[in-house]
Amino acid sequence: MSEELQLPRAAQIFISFVALLRANGFAVAPEQTTAFLAAIELLGPRSLEHIRHAGLATLAPPPERRATYDRLFDIHFRGSEAIERAEGEDEEAIRLQEEGRGEDEPPLSDEANESGLAAARAEALVERRFAQPSTSDALRRLSREAAARLPRRRGHRRMRARRGPFADLRRTLRESVRNDGEVLRLGRLRRRTRPRKLLLLIDVSGSMKARTEENLKLAHALLQAVGHAEVFTFGTRLTRVTRPLRLKRREQALNAAAHLVSDWDGGTRIGDALQAFLAVPRFGGYARGAAVIIVSDGLERGDVSALRDAVAKLSRRAWRVSWLTPLASGPGFRPQTEALIAIQRYVDDLVDGGSSAAVVSHLLSLGTRRAA
Amino acid sequence: MAVRGNIVGIDSPEALEKALRAAYYLADEGLATAAYLGLALGKPLLLEGAPGVGKTEAAKAIAAVLGRRLIRLQCYEGIDASAALYEWNYPRQMLAIRQAGEESIDIYGEAFLIERPMLAALRAPDSAVLLIDEIDRADQEFEAFLLEFLSDFQISIPERGTVRAAERPVVVLTSNRTRDLHEALRRRCVYHWIDYPTAEREARIVMMRASSVAEQTARAVVAAVGKLRREPLSKAPGIAEAVDWAEAATLLHKGGARWPDAFKRSIGVALKDEEDLHFISPRLDALIAEAAA
Repeated sequence: MSEELQLPRAAQIFISFVALLRANGFAVAPEQTTAFLAAIELLGPRSLEHIRHAGLATLAPPPERRATYDRLFDIHFRGSEAIERAEGEDEEAIRLQEEGRGEDEPPLSDEANESGLAAARAEALVERRFAQPSTSDALRRLSREAAARLPRRRGHRRMRARRGPFADLRRTLRESVRNDGEVLRLGRLRRRTRPRKLLLLIDVSGSMKARTEENLKLAHALLQAVGHAEVFTFGTRLTRVTRPLRLKRREQALNAAAHLVSDWDGGTRIGDALQAFLAVPRFGGYARGAAVIIVSDGLERGDVSALRDAVAKLSRRAWRVSWLTPLASGPGFRPQTEALIAIQRYVDDLVDGGSSAAVVSHLLSLGTRRAA
Repeated sequence: MAVRGNIVGIDSPEALEKALRAAYYLADEGLATAAYLGLALGKPLLLEGAPGVGKTEAAKAIAAVLGRRLIRLQCYEGIDASAALYEWNYPRQMLAIRQAGEESIDIYGEAFLIERPMLAALRAPDSAVLLIDEIDRADQEFEAFLLEFLSDFQISIPERGTVRAAERPVVVLTSNRTRDLHEALRRRCVYHWIDYPTAEREARIVMMRASSVAEQTARAVVAAVGKLRREPLSKAPGIAEAVDWAEAATLLHKGGARWPDAFKRSIGVALKDEEDLHFISPRLDALIAEAAA
């Protein structure tokens, strides 16, 4: 590299800050670095706070990683004095810590066994079926048919059609120019349909242990097939796993998701988790007009009324709420648990979620259903 | 990088902050810096934040400071080029063809072009501020389409050729973050996340926006709103709600209502969700008493 292309030494520290950000998983484009340097030049030598603001404005770290940005900034520009601060938690996961109850939950000793029993029973139900297509077949079916058979909604844009409620003036004019301004035929337009949003909420508590991995694989296949789905996991906490599951390779995606979720195989507080979901406006927005699919056995350890309220709220927002439980194995299924009885009137479908094939065929059947 | 330098005598974030204050907008240091950099570097300013923290107001204030017209493009799902860029006046074109008879006529002249916000901003870059509001409501296609506009500031109209801005227009984008924006869009912009202001600043905002409100009322309302924001509500009150609440309570007070009562009866302008109201109502008295103290 020639001498002329060398940056002034004063700029090095800013460039290396950008490198530090990149090393910590921030996506910073070269043009953003240029803008960052231009901003510092423009603001002149002033306080560190100005440089911090310039960085925030030009490098655009996502707001939920703001704390990480600040920490890195302090480490880089202030040196060790700021490192003392506690290690931050992972910002991608929105955690739900319940108040009111004791901070340190006693280990789930006997309850865990109980739910383990329930899981074993669910497992037995799965085993007893025969001639079930295997999981990978189901997933393959999902990725093959997702685009065509997942639910759609009416969009706002219009497309040309042989028949339709709107006149296509643009096309009519173009054709009329060819005929000396004579309108021979009126072009028509109709509304285009668009894929409907999907929201998948997966129970990862102890009682669903046997199904958790399969369900996540399914979520991964779904996210690979369609771009407009959101996936959350819940047990005692709520975690958004859409981002990691968007990774193409399945092992990598599942590992990344597993890393985020911290309440594997624990107890279930579905009501609180759903309340937390609805309380974040950004998340609540995912449910609006969406096909909501909850995969859970509904063995609620928390307050049933909280669960009922949350599901009621969700059903008012969503296009259709489906509750898939491994307990509902036959057509004559009557919910037995308190939680499922409580929510029965708010969910539109309470169906079998005991195998990937069942979940997939329910997902693919949603396209033919109507809003409830 | 094209540094535009100084704009109408604003040469630092502090100067911009002062100018914004004169336009009845209290910006914090981060917002003033981001807005100044956006103006000086000729980049669009992307503002994100919860509903009601003053994103749109910021754009209006910037337009007022620059003495320019604000052209607002409200995004919605399914917004397309004919609503954002331009549209031909088809009925008029058809009539013109009829009337022209045997003569030749240019039906793609200026008279037949309907300007939409983006084209309007492009053709008058020195007298307009373009506000692209709630970009997160638009769909991904529109966002991708916007990328081209925001990096080159040009629009091509097939029948007429490319319209290019003489200088980079001032563009402000806002988003409620109901979905993640694409990285490419964020990259092209100067970014600022507007948070809820501190109680001190919010009280000043309330007094500035609603001149009839006494300082004590403003402080009480801000304290109450601050408490409400910490509750698990489905829609936390924003700054706009705080201003409305202070005004409504003052109005009721002037009409003869006693103080804590005036706050309580006007809660409807701050909380607009039946479930939130239901959730908070048992503790509302205590909350207001505490805030007014």
